[in-house]
Amino acid sequence: MNAADLAPSYELVVIGGGPAGLAAAALAAKAGVQTVLFDENPGVGGQIYRGIATTPVRNRAVLGEDYWAGAVLASDGEASGATIVTGATVWSLDPNRLVGVSIAGQARLIQAKRVIIATGSMERPFPIAGWTLPGVMSAGAAQTALKAQGLVPTGRAIMAGCGPLLWLLAAQLLRAGTKLEAVLDTTPRVNWLKAAMHLPDFLLSPYWSKGLALMREVKARVPVIGVSRLSALGKDRLAEVVFATGAGERRMKVDLLLLHQGVVPNVNLAMAAGVPHRWNARQLCFEPVVDADFATSIPGIAVAGDGAGIAGGTAAAERGRIAAHAAVQALKPGAAVPNVQMIRHQLAREEMGRAFLDTLYQPAPSFRQPVGDTIVCRCEEVTARQVRDTADLGCEGPNQMKAFLRCGMGPCQGRLCGLTVTELIADQRRSTPAEVGYYRLRPPVKPITLGELASLPKSEAERKAVER
Amino acid sequence: MFKRLDDSGETISLAVDGKPIQARAGDTVASAMLTAGIDRFRTTPVTESPRAPYCLMGVCFDCLVTIDGVGSRQACLVPVREGMAVETQLGKREAGR
Repeated sequence: MNAADLAPSYELVVIGGGPAGLAAAALAAKAGVQTVLFDENPGVGGQIYRGIATTPVRNRAVLGEDYWAGAVLASDGEASGATIVTGATVWSLDPNRLVGVSIAGQARLIQAKRVIIATGSMERPFPIAGWTLPGVMSAGAAQTALKAQGLVPTGRAIMAGCGPLLWLLAAQLLRAGTKLEAVLDTTPRVNWLKAAMHLPDFLLSPYWSKGLALMREVKARVPVIGVSRLSALGKDRLAEVVFATGAGERRMKVDLLLLHQGVVPNVNLAMAAGVPHRWNARQLCFEPVVDADFATSIPGIAVAGDGAGIAGGTAAAERGRIAAHAAVQALKPGAAVPNVQMIRHQLAREEMGRAFLDTLYQPAPSFRQPVGDTIVCRCEEVTARQVRDTADLGCEGPNQMKAFLRCGMGPCQGRLCGLTVTELIADQRRSTPAEVGYYRLRPPVKPITLGELASLPKSEAERKAVER
Repeated sequence: MFKRLDDSGETISLAVDGKPIQARAGDTVASAMLTAGIDRFRTTPVTESPRAPYCLMGVCFDCLVTIDGVGSRQACLVPVREGMAVETQLGKREAGR
């Protein structure tokens, strides 16, 4: 679909085509709400169901049945009557629900009566020495390459970090025939004690038996080494990893290092729209303030899915349905919709056991709050020492830090350094991330060219106002 | 760094810094470059250090390349097209392109 084919306004605009967005668009469109869904990727599915309709990975066992469950969401979305536009980058959303979107170099401003932000999560920054070297990637990157293009690592590969997704990806790569030299487990041992109190709930969650099976599958085939420190070394590309184990320091030659320490909400669009956020001390990230319907304090704007706080892909779909249900109630009262109490009940089941996972896989402070020459802001190449020294000089927050160091002002707009800078300032000033706050984000949240801006439709009056 | 599980599928030809590479339908510019063995997508404007994709999902902006004359495109989000001309970006000189 081209930008020119879009209507100037829609009753509901859904931003993001992962589980939350797909489920939301399907429910709303089936209830008769005029719905458009935008996703910047070449296909729907989000990250969890990436490439669901096009993946070249034919052996279903490689990605697992939980992945293939996404096919139902994608086909329901297609069949619902919602307009689904891929390759569509949303670069702006204002509090009046004017949505700036670009498709193939053409931009449009679309007015929405309701907006559901379903931009999901991203991997938590993993600022270790050498994490900018070619050859160091996030585990999610390797998983994306596997799902979307059927790519597997060559050469010596090591995975490092913590969290459920680390084990899932390790298992998927092994099933695809990849050899892993090691899994370096950064889960702090003390977390097992802290998490124990949440164990009873977790035992009732579907993640318990799945998680255990994944860990067994990986441990049977790859050495798993507990590490408390980790660096990547190399001149122009990764050559070696150095890590500290209980038995001392070790080194391994390596071609590819895949890092992962959990996922956090991708807050850029919601924050730029002015949605208030708060610090989640258990998940160690900022999340939007939402009510039981995932509505924010900005009228007509909801945030569903992992973007509203991390709960996983199946919970994301239920959250999308709840947000869409509220949108239908507001736009088409009386329309036929599924029973929302049933959906809430299902969501509660999906969210069970989250406290255990969050506590167990809380990354150690040393992997979140680097020191010395370790790069914090990858774009502007700002180091931990610079951020800490500047905080000592009296810099109180991330926005002032931008003025001093340019951190967060490169092309990624703070996505890969925001949480680290907040935590470093809090650590250095003996404050809290909640007090320190986050970067102030502004549109455009994705880069657009002047040509794209110039392609916005203009009225005769607008043209006359600037022409001589 | 990466290879294909299944090498069948329609081939698409593009050029990276003038050298031809073979991609497959369904590739992004980033996946095509990675499977062609390219591990330097750009050098940074600040210290001219080499960078390759880190996240492959549109977040990190380390895969920025020039595509058909338009600078700083996210290689991980752009599907390959026959005849595409991709250039790696070097340091400051092209930062404003």
